[in-house]
Amino acid sequence: MAHESTYEPKTAFTRWMDSRLPIIRMAHETILDFPTPRNLNYMWTFGAILAFCLMVQIITGIVLAMHYAADTSVAFDSIENLMRNVNYGWLIRYTHAVGASMFFIAVYLHMFRGLYYGSYKAPREVLWIIGVLIFLAMIATAFMGYSLVWGQMSFWAVTVITNLFSSFDSLIPGLGTTLVQWIWGGFAVNDATLNRLFSLHYLLPFVIAGLVGLHIWALHVPGNNNPTGVDLRDPKREAVPFHPYYTSKDLFALTIFAILFAYFLFYLPNYLGHADNYVEANPLQTPPHIVPEWYFLPFYAILRAVPSKLGGVIAMFGAIAVLFFVPWLDTSRVRSTSYRPIYRWFFWLLVITCLALGYLGAKPPEGGFLIAGQLFTAYYFLHFLVVMPVVGIIETPKPRPRSIADSIFGESGRGGGGHVPQPAAASAEKR
Amino acid sequence: MATTMDEPVTRRDFIHIAATAFAAIGAAAALWPLIDQMNPDSSALSLASVEIDLAPVQEGQAITVVWQGKPVFVRNRTADEVKSAQQVPMNELKDPIARILGVTAEGPATDEALTKKGHENWLVAIGICTHLGCIPKGQRTGDERGEYNGWFCPCHGSAYDTAGRIRKGPAPRNLEIPPYEFVSDSKIKIG
Repeated sequence: MAHESTYEPKTAFTRWMDSRLPIIRMAHETILDFPTPRNLNYMWTFGAILAFCLMVQIITGIVLAMHYAADTSVAFDSIENLMRNVNYGWLIRYTHAVGASMFFIAVYLHMFRGLYYGSYKAPREVLWIIGVLIFLAMIATAFMGYSLVWGQMSFWAVTVITNLFSSFDSLIPGLGTTLVQWIWGGFAVNDATLNRLFSLHYLLPFVIAGLVGLHIWALHVPGNNNPTGVDLRDPKREAVPFHPYYTSKDLFALTIFAILFAYFLFYLPNYLGHADNYVEANPLQTPPHIVPEWYFLPFYAILRAVPSKLGGVIAMFGAIAVLFFVPWLDTSRVRSTSYRPIYRWFFWLLVITCLALGYLGAKPPEGGFLIAGQLFTAYYFLHFLVVMPVVGIIETPKPRPRSIADSIFGESGRGGGGHVPQPAAASAEKR
Repeated sequence: MATTMDEPVTRRDFIHIAATAFAAIGAAAALWPLIDQMNPDSSALSLASVEIDLAPVQEGQAITVVWQGKPVFVRNRTADEVKSAQQVPMNELKDPIARILGVTAEGPATDEALTKKGHENWLVAIGICTHLGCIPKGQRTGDERGEYNGWFCPCHGSAYDTAGRIRKGPAPRNLEIPPYEFVSDSKIKIG
């Protein structure tokens, strides 16, 4: 840990425990006493929101597995049975399905927060990379979970996505086919495929939970970044203990998020899904339009923007892979985009690009849609591979505050802020 | 390793390397069953062949049968369709190679190569788009058959001709021809 431990076991039991397994000390340091910059804005609440989302998915998922049968002849029916006959089955399933969408809303905002404030820059590169790994695991988990419903969209999504690997046939003839048949356990998507998807869908959330543990560990070594991007200098003045300051702020943000969640859950539970997935999978009939879930649409648009099959697959995976290199592609010395007058425009252009790709992913890849998809795909890669390195070098950043304290109590010194830190700092000392 | 440039290789170094190598081989050997169990199992492999009666399929009609879990298009082409498929010059094709399962030699995708001699009106092809695995339309009367009057994939717009050759769209290859033979004049055996 970056800060000194202030934990003092008070009872005989906690003293006994502390000298054997200091788990209470660890919880105290990470949840209660962790010194957190006092200037974090609401974009910093998505960490807690994401932890909540993961918990909701795991709890509802364990319950769903009690009623689900991973067998192609009954999978679809077992879900209809859950929806109609099991007590609160509809609630648990809709929570899980809507929960996946909420999870992705939160993770995308969390990622854009990291990109805007340069939270990937030294010394937080490993923290960022673990985050990208979590995102990858989330994509895999969500995709597999969607397939378990065994509706038409499920089946054809699995068919299309597993077939992506057959593009390796154009590198080494036979390699792709062998790989795809290995993934399927047959010559087409079949019962064996559904079973392995279910097994992995149950496994991966716990892998995510483990990665989240590493993510938090990697966060607590350098500590939180903050909107100024300036390092914490004087924790007494610039930081507050995580509890109660950020626990309460996170809970407030979580409440707002829960209202949005509940709105979709109780009023529009199928709005983010696709009607075709209420038709049981039919291997002999492809639905007229295969559309992935909304959170995959930008990547789907990138896949279809490239006319060659292998090229499209490389572009799609490359769109995620490039994120791993962001800490080194960004050459700027300044973390926060707030102080980067040129890069700021490009950042918002990237946001627009991602939204546009999401829109185009749901459209047929023809005419204007296809051309627009290709232009935005080109910018997506240009942003990371050209804009990030070049702008970092040519840009003159705006003057940054010398410290976090300066940005809070500095020149303007509004509201006599200089006196406010005292109680907080005092309470930190008391612990 | 414990050796530097000055020190000779000791028996202990040898034991270290040998033990580590042995452990690595053992781990790899233990991994193989865990990987191989995912391959198509014996019951999937045993669905090797299927016999189809062609008598009820009139000229211009098509049927879809299932072989190894995959749809197979069987189309009784009209004389015009056969003629036009035979006259397509090879340099117009996106993929000029005949994709015949079980045949490694790469011959040109002429209509003769894709059909059986004496039964040129029958086209038997695996009905899976070579792009991303959708089932192309064109089997039923009234289906959209695309610009080349064969099959049209609704997913990403690939168009195939009456010999199952890719002519337009993102699909990279012609439809695959399964291994099959005519058992009698009106019966084929796929596989």
